[in-house]
Amino acid sequence: MNNAAENLKETPAAESSKELTMEAIEKQLAELKKATDPKVSMIVFSGDLDKVLASFVIATGSVAMGMEAVMFFTFWGTPVLRDKSKSVGGKDMMSKMFGTMLPKGTGEVKLSKMNMGGMGTTMMKSLMKKKNVASLEDMLALAEELGVKIYVCEMSMDLMGFKREEMVQYDGLEFCGVAKFLEEAHNSRIQLFI
Amino acid sequence: MADAITVTKVFDLKGLACPMPVVKVSKGIKEVQVGEVIEAHTTDPGALTDFPAWANTSGNKIVKTDQDGDVIKFYIERVV
Repeated sequence: MNNAAENLKETPAAESSKELTMEAIEKQLAELKKATDPKVSMIVFSGDLDKVLASFVIATGSVAMGMEAVMFFTFWGTPVLRDKSKSVGGKDMMSKMFGTMLPKGTGEVKLSKMNMGGMGTTMMKSLMKKKNVASLEDMLALAEELGVKIYVCEMSMDLMGFKREEMVQYDGLEFCGVAKFLEEAHNSRIQLFI
Repeated sequence: MADAITVTKVFDLKGLACPMPVVKVSKGIKEVQVGEVIEAHTTDPGALTDFPAWANTSGNKIVKTDQDGDVIKFYIERVV
């Protein structure tokens, strides 16, 4: 009761705080609107054929659904985006070792299970062809055509000794850190870690 | 037929696997005007759930679905 009376008395102050609140609400609303962008943000951590393929299927499918798709390649996902035909010099021993041991591009990526010294992967690839499932190479090209945004983790690049010049030619490919992913994820409806 | 659907464009998506039918149909629908109908033929059984999901999300409308053996025919109206 007393409070109500006080509120009445303090009308000017209440009004200004109300205005402030409206401003705050509008700001929050804008923030919320951003957060409900029909967007999918994905971390592609894995460098396995099956998981990377699934990532591309989701990314291209998202665009088909009228959503935006953003992929962040990090750690084992990074070498998937190397270009087989490109080679760069001036690497130290560790970088050279990583460079040799990790797959060089989409063509060298292996299955996470049943690889059987490469036999399983070869079999899976021929099966995919037979069943008309798009290859990783095709999916990468399709993703580019559809405007799927790709970011590559700078830290992984540095850690594994990859150079920007040895990465695939992909329209809009950029290098970034965790903040860029978090910004995108923050503004996305769907966030995935693969 | 009184309720005959006027189809503006037909897309043959037979033999294509996920996600291609949905990717192609999302491109195809943009080739016609709003209010026009496209026909999409697919052999992917997953399309029976995928196409309605795509239509719901993209805001388009599946007017009719026909099944002829392995071939599923979708009649989709461009709404947006």
